[in-house]
Amino acid sequence: MPTPAASQTVKELDAYHILEAQRRNRPVSPHLSVYKAQISWYLSGLNRITGSVLSGGFYVFGAAYLCAPLFGWHLESASMAAAFGSLPVTAKVLLKFGIAMPFTFHSYNGVRHLMWDTGRGLTNKEVVRTGWTVVGLSVVSSGILAMM
Amino acid sequence: MASLVRSTTRLLPSTRTLLRPPHLARTYATVEPLSNLGEAMSASQHPTPESKTSTIPEPSKDKESKIKTFHIYRWSPDTPSEKPKMQSYTLDINKTGPMVLDALIRIKNEVDPTLTFRRSCREGICGSCAMNIDGVNTLACLCRIPTDTKQETRIYPLPHTYVVKDLVPDLTQFYKQYKSIKPYLQRETKSEDGRENRQSPADRKRLDGLYECILCACCSTSCPSYWWNSEEYLGPAVLLQSYRWLADSRDEHKEERKSMLDNSMSLYRCHTIMNCSRTCPKGLNPGKAIQEIKKSMAFT
Repeated sequence: MPTPAASQTVKELDAYHILEAQRRNRPVSPHLSVYKAQISWYLSGLNRITGSVLSGGFYVFGAAYLCAPLFGWHLESASMAAAFGSLPVTAKVLLKFGIAMPFTFHSYNGVRHLMWDTGRGLTNKEVVRTGWTVVGLSVVSSGILAMM
Repeated sequence: MASLVRSTTRLLPSTRTLLRPPHLARTYATVEPLSNLGEAMSASQHPTPESKTSTIPEPSKDKESKIKTFHIYRWSPDTPSEKPKMQSYTLDINKTGPMVLDALIRIKNEVDPTLTFRRSCREGICGSCAMNIDGVNTLACLCRIPTDTKQETRIYPLPHTYVVKDLVPDLTQFYKQYKSIKPYLQRETKSEDGRENRQSPADRKRLDGLYECILCACCSTSCPSYWWNSEEYLGPAVLLQSYRWLADSRDEHKEERKSMLDNSMSLYRCHTIMNCSRTCPKGLNPGKAIQEIKKSMAFT
């Protein structure tokens, strides 16, 4: 006589619930924290961050400018220029560089994306090369803009 | 009478060998009865004493050994409340095959049989052993162990997947998505002569770089966009397969295929990040294939 197996029959729905309960406990494997730093996804992330910062900053400043008379803020060009002029030289350069960098980077990377949209420059080699070109160009041109 | 018969049979083989060509000659195993050997066999021989022989020591640690550390992601569904952990293993890579899969198999065979991973062909054609090695998704069987022993290798399952156990990811969603693009020839009209659906060599050439995909899921799980939107975004591997059928001159359901992709999620969550092409262990270019789909959607 065969020994009975140490298992029990489970209805299909019950089996589904068991599976569901098991799946609720499963971890998601690590992603951002373990993936190697590569220029492909770093620049993509930076493109999004700089885009958000630029457009967000534009909206915040626009709204503040509109509200300024209500709260008595002085955001007119003349007072802004005067405030900027009173800053020390290093602060001026750093502030200019800080604003020029996201702007130039986002612009150059936008050109890169337009090129990709035509289906060109999508090999690994070209993606890396154009990526570093964008980084170099934006550092150099925002440096020039900061010195102006 | 019996002895007479035996003597004649003994005579026969000799005459046969004369008639038989040498390449057909056979030898037969013969066993001499032990009794014939007599006393020589049963006489006891005393072994040479140990004082007259050399000593073989226990194998000392190999001076040439190259000890490499592997940190491997572990999680078991048997103890689901326990957090996933990184387990370290050290191996002498001089005694291990050249690939990361060889190291994993050696750990499983010789050190820790509970280590779980998928593997099959060990030559990069089945796509089973896809995992994240030193931060990059690739096939363990095609990835050489870095010979620099100071650098420790870290192995994780494919990123942002549900873990079944250790290095085994749950690819159910990935396969469902593959099924959803109808990855087969859809055609109503028969060929003119009723034989196979032929295509020109130029049309066949358009499928190069697409048909080689083995669906290992390395590219899809390297894509940050797929990490955040895997419920709705199809991901590079499945879109490459989709383009494989859009590019096929024999397929007649191209418009239907395109209309299935014509929404904000399925295709357009691709932001040309290009991690997919960077990581493909078969050297294919899913990013380019997705771009070609976008182009064909834009210009029709």
